Amino acid sequence: MKAASETAVVRAVGLHKTYGADGALVRAVDGVEIEVAKGETLAVMGPSGCGKSTLLHLLGGLDRPSRGEVWIEGRRIDNLSEKALARMRRNEVGFVFQAFHLMEELTAQENVELSALLAGRSLSAARRRAAELLGQVGLSDRARHLPSSLSGGQRQRVAIARALANDPSVVLADEPTGNLDSTSTLEVLRLFEALHCEGLTIVIVTHDERIAATADRLVSMRDGELVDETWLMGGSTGKLGDLVGGV
Amino acid sequence: MQQEVVLAMLAKEPSHGYELRARLNQALGPLGEAMNAGQIYVTLGRLEKAGLVVSDRSNESADRPERKVYALTATGQERVSDWLSEVSWPKPDLAEFHLKLIAAAAAHLADPIAIVDAQRRELLRRLRDAQRAAMAEADGSDAGLLLEGIVLRLQADLRWLEACERSWSDRRSKQ
Repeated sequence: MKAASETAVVRAVGLHKTYGADGALVRAVDGVEIEVAKGETLAVMGPSGCGKSTLLHLLGGLDRPSRGEVWIEGRRIDNLSEKALARMRRNEVGFVFQAFHLMEELTAQENVELSALLAGRSLSAARRRAAELLGQVGLSDRARHLPSSLSGGQRQRVAIARALANDPSVVLADEPTGNLDSTSTLEVLRLFEALHCEGLTIVIVTHDERIAATADRLVSMRDGELVDETWLMGGSTGKLGDLVGGV
Repeated sequence: MQQEVVLAMLAKEPSHGYELRARLNQALGPLGEAMNAGQIYVTLGRLEKAGLVVSDRSNESADRPERKVYALTATGQERVSDWLSEVSWPKPDLAEFHLKLIAAAAAHLADPIAIVDAQRRELLRRLRDAQRAAMAEADGSDAGLLLEGIVLRLQADLRWLEACERSWSDRRSKQ
């Protein structure tokens, strides 16, 4: 167990997050223990309001737990100062959100560059990195476009490129396909798959079974607790042809 | 192999069996891989006996079915039209699983939630296979469209299982 903990990129120990006062206490996250190994894609599924977004925010240092610990790359982050926490986020974590959260007045290229600049790169290094990442997500020809002129799937791919601009230890994605049609969902799934093959560590919270099914491991969350864990690695139990029925 | 499918694939033009197979493979993609090569000739043989297709006998060199060119007869043509206008849809057979849960709970033979969990895992693995196959298809491919349908169906099934789980855990907590 110890060895696993030491190699975990993200680790939560006895994690709690409560909102409100005694009378109306909401336990958004209620005693979560989790470890995400290097190179693993973990999906967290559960109904709206189960606490999965709160969990993601705690793991990425966007919010602080009421109790418990969060570790990233062997470093405890829940007790850092605001300033150190902000620095940690800029350097260690890539966020992807359902609503993309791109800067509408900046081009695709500038959105990605900004993230690299904030992580401490020089302007020329940031430019290079941004161009490289837009190539990786298949959007080199859209680099000078504003987000408003891109499709939903393209915007999300820019957002993923931005999340990678600081070479994060982990990418945390909150409903990344929540606003996308099925073609765009496929684009984003393909991209996550490619990143997974490159060894990136990814945590995705979602209620989209399609994403969950392509992860290595799936945990289900209910009322702030993790209630079920399914390993999906190792592929199929049946022939694909069985799915097509009586032709 | 459903006879009407083979007939309808012939409607475009008289074809060799291998051409029909290529058309099916194109439409089904990885889902067609399970298809047995001989199956299509067996079906064509049956259709010929039933007078729905004729094979061109001009090529004396072979009785071998792979050399023959098959064409629809007028009756075959009619059967294709009927099939196209028929409204049919595969039935989702959920009653059996539903009754399994009810029987397991009533007789205290097994935990319905454990049964749901096992089923859920199986469906997730199938969804994973289908989703991976869909990801490997080029945008707009015929097989991709079919795979999308399979993915959406599995998603619907998984959502129903979620409802089952919710319902059975509520019942348990009320006991």
